[in-house]
Amino acid sequence: MLKWITLAPLIGAAINGLFGKLITNKLGQKAAERVIGFIACASVGVSTALAFIVFFGREWPVVNGKPQIAEPFFTWIKVGGFQADFAYLLDPLSGVYILFVTGVGLLIHIYATGYMHGDPGYYRFFCYLNLFMFMMLTLVLADNLLLLFVGWEGVGLCSYLLIGYYIKWDVAGDAAKKAFVMNRVGDFGFMIATFLIFTAFGTISFVAKGDIPSLLEKAAERPVEAFGVFGVMTAIALLLFLGATGKSAQIPLLTWLPDAMAGPTPVSALIHAATMVTAGVYLTARCSAIFVKSPTAMAVVAVIGAATAIFAATIGLAQNDIKKVLAYSTVSQLGYMFLACGVGAFIAGIFHVMTHAFFKALLFLGSGSVIHGMSNEQDIRKMGGLRKYMKITAATMMAGWLAISGVPLLSGFFSKDEILWRAWSTDALPPGMGKVLWGVAALTALLTAVYMTRMMVLTFFGRERFKDESHSHAGPAHGHSAQGDEHGHHGEPHESPALMWIPLVILAILSVVGGYVGVSPALSSLVGVHAENRFEHFLEPAIAKVGGHEVAVQTGAQPAVAAQAEHAASSAQTESHGAAASAAKTTAPREAAHDTRTELTFTIISTLVAIIGLLLGWLIFSSNPLRKMPKLLEEKYRVDEFYDEAIVNPIEQTSRHFLWQVVDVKIIDGFVNGVARLFAGLAGALRYTQTGFARNYAAVILVGAIIVIGYFGYIALR
Amino acid sequence: MVPLSWYLALSAVLFTIGVVGVLIQRNVIALFMCIELMLNAVNLSLVAFSRFHNDVTGQLFVFIVMAVAAAEAAVGLAIIISLFRNRETLNVDEADLLKL
Amino acid sequence: MEFAHILFLALASLAVVAAFNVILQRNPIYNAIGLITVLCCLAALFLTLNAQFISAMQIIVYAGAIMVLFVFVIMLLNIRSEESVTDRQKYLKWLAAPLFLALLGEVIAVVRHVERFQPPAPLPSANTMNNPEAVLGTVESIAHGMFTDYVLPFEATSVLILMAIVGSMLLARREKKEDIERIEQALAAQEAEQPIVEDSEEEVAA
Repeated sequence: MLKWITLAPLIGAAINGLFGKLITNKLGQKAAERVIGFIACASVGVSTALAFIVFFGREWPVVNGKPQIAEPFFTWIKVGGFQADFAYLLDPLSGVYILFVTGVGLLIHIYATGYMHGDPGYYRFFCYLNLFMFMMLTLVLADNLLLLFVGWEGVGLCSYLLIGYYIKWDVAGDAAKKAFVMNRVGDFGFMIATFLIFTAFGTISFVAKGDIPSLLEKAAERPVEAFGVFGVMTAIALLLFLGATGKSAQIPLLTWLPDAMAGPTPVSALIHAATMVTAGVYLTARCSAIFVKSPTAMAVVAVIGAATAIFAATIGLAQNDIKKVLAYSTVSQLGYMFLACGVGAFIAGIFHVMTHAFFKALLFLGSGSVIHGMSNEQDIRKMGGLRKYMKITAATMMAGWLAISGVPLLSGFFSKDEILWRAWSTDALPPGMGKVLWGVAALTALLTAVYMTRMMVLTFFGRERFKDESHSHAGPAHGHSAQGDEHGHHGEPHESPALMWIPLVILAILSVVGGYVGVSPALSSLVGVHAENRFEHFLEPAIAKVGGHEVAVQTGAQPAVAAQAEHAASSAQTESHGAAASAAKTTAPREAAHDTRTELTFTIISTLVAIIGLLLGWLIFSSNPLRKMPKLLEEKYRVDEFYDEAIVNPIEQTSRHFLWQVVDVKIIDGFVNGVARLFAGLAGALRYTQTGFARNYAAVILVGAIIVIGYFGYIALR
Repeated sequence: MVPLSWYLALSAVLFTIGVVGVLIQRNVIALFMCIELMLNAVNLSLVAFSRFHNDVTGQLFVFIVMAVAAAEAAVGLAIIISLFRNRETLNVDEADLLKL
Repeated sequence: MEFAHILFLALASLAVVAAFNVILQRNPIYNAIGLITVLCCLAALFLTLNAQFISAMQIIVYAGAIMVLFVFVIMLLNIRSEESVTDRQKYLKWLAAPLFLALLGEVIAVVRHVERFQPPAPLPSANTMNNPEAVLGTVESIAHGMFTDYVLPFEATSVLILMAIVGSMLLARREKKEDIERIEQALAAQEAEQPIVEDSEEEVAA
């Protein structure tokens, strides 16, 4: 059953890819769009349905204390001790992922059928989009690192294909190449990490194969490396994180994500907000067993996550393209997720992945709706007061805005607050570091609220600036021009068709209520309900726990006991999916109460931060929407220019002047031509022996005869 | 009795003279005659060995060699005549079409 | 020093001098005379070696037929003394002497060791009625050997002579006019199909 979750979109992609052009030619654009769109959405719909069925259906078997379904497909590589199969693994972590990947993916597919209306490459778009779903699901459901890498590379490829979807637009092509190349830099780290893992553990599989334990079990047996010591686990973890930075756009490989906004908006929503960029977080969480053994790596992850978060937030403050604001916001939120992983709260990070998928997809799709309604205008300085014209879009986007800002009771609040609390109270990092990171994260939360408010204010509230000048198209020329003509005058913004706003509404609902699965017990105690964090409880068996960072040797049981103190678990609600044996109630109630009070304090601080940010943004930008932001921020700290000078240009110069003109032309060509010249020269020299004169030939024969006779005579007479 | 080695030495001298003659001579007919000289030297050697081994096979060989030499002379002279008709000269250096 | 030795030395020196004549003379007739002298000396030497039949064959076939053929050809081609054409391989003149000495030296070095060979027993006369075929050098002995053990080379030699006859006739034939025209027509037809220029063919056909 698991394989059909991945294969259904592949079939959709194959049909659309192979027959799409035929269908378009035979049926005409309008009818073909319906057919192709139906095929694409249906295949993803099948995946979604299967995912829900498998997830909520029969109980999962428990293997080694972990609930999981392992489904082999076929043996791919089996060489000596190395085995990599096409086989799928459904455990709590991948289960959560397939739910929101297929669910949000389906909503975005439906949205895209409306958004891409009129585009001549309709079938190509949906072929790629389905292919992406196949790759992403393979990544998530893979049971070994190599298959995960196949999915990893595949989503990178689809990202390239989709960013560069508008083939005639140079900017899109360049952005696609940039994304792919930066991904590859990260993949280098991933591959080296895989090699190291195989060398260190003898297996790259996440499940036990026969009598070879899984790599996670093997990693759990290793001792924790002391902070600052650069051992094998630290190396593996840092290399895996390098791969994750490439895929999830963290420092230093973050510049491709804002440029990737050159692709169509559904692509930005699906790939660069909800799914592909979270693959890095998935990898980190999946290999949490390795990360927890290396406090150095965890510190690096946390620091880079926090640094990226605040860096991107400051840039987002100064962007004028609605999609770029959201892009930097994505980078910033991804930083939050890595911060969570770095402080040991992997589950909180995954929780934020899920809620972020909801509200960020919502925000992107909403922005697409705005762009569509404004006939391809993307500059927010030229918008304003749109809430009168696009009521549904405005309402849903406001839900997303409040969610991302961390307003209480919305989904974003719960996940963000969890991360902030864990950052402060972590004991995975050297003491004090957590507090500093909390400070940075809180400041970022403030900035998030401010720039999102700015974006909303400039777009939906205030004076209708788009009426000021005659319309000028600032966006890419694509199929929308056809639709714009259909709507008559360009200047009047309009609401999007139903195919587009229905997904928006669904996502808005999810953004509001999606957080309730992960309410921490401290908060729920406010209402008098002593429930534990269901989300966390569900994901526990799949994620490793941090067990202090200065202990030399740890057994498997100790960290579990130590970490239990963090949970204020009063009762363990057994899930229908085979709960693990973590029903211990070994925490002292007094400690739990103290922790709860501190947690509540921080919750209040987070709420205040969110509200202050919203107010600040409102006050600053309502009155003066077109206030100029600092140039440095607007120019993205000139990071791209720096990379150009420091990395790209030297490489290009070396290639051109050294590798091409010296190595290729002089050495390689010279060698090959030289060999030919050598033989030509030899032939030319030997030609002189063929003189044509019989007497010369006779002389040569005579000399030869003398030599031979002399030789044999010498032998005979010795 | 004349020792065998004398005959062999004479044969060797005549043969060597013939070989050197092939190198030196420019007239193609004289060249041919030097080749005949070589053949005769070998004939002498064969007959000498035949006598000293008391075996008639050597003389039979000489018989065959003479017949072959006759045939070769006939054909060779025909070639020379044909060459002369084309080149109008008997200088062996003029027949150099095999030059690369 | 027996008579045999003196005779041998005389004949040998005459042969060598004539041989030098063969290789050094300009006029081809003088070369031919030298060669004939060598042949006759060799025939005499064959006689001393109890090869009567071969000796007679040498005179009849070699000196009488082959050399006559040579002289005919020389006279047919009407060659004067060698024209003073510049020698294009001058170096061969200087190379000849060292090579001469080298080859000679090598062969003599080998031949010297044949000294230890035993002198042969005197042969019976062919007039004895015991075993005419067994006497070395007589016609009977040669015929006996030729037609029993070596009949195949004999027959092959006759075929060879046949080939030589046909070949020399064909090679030396002056082409008749009709033949020339026929060849030229064939060449033209061939060139019409595949225009390949071969300059040597044009020269030969002319």
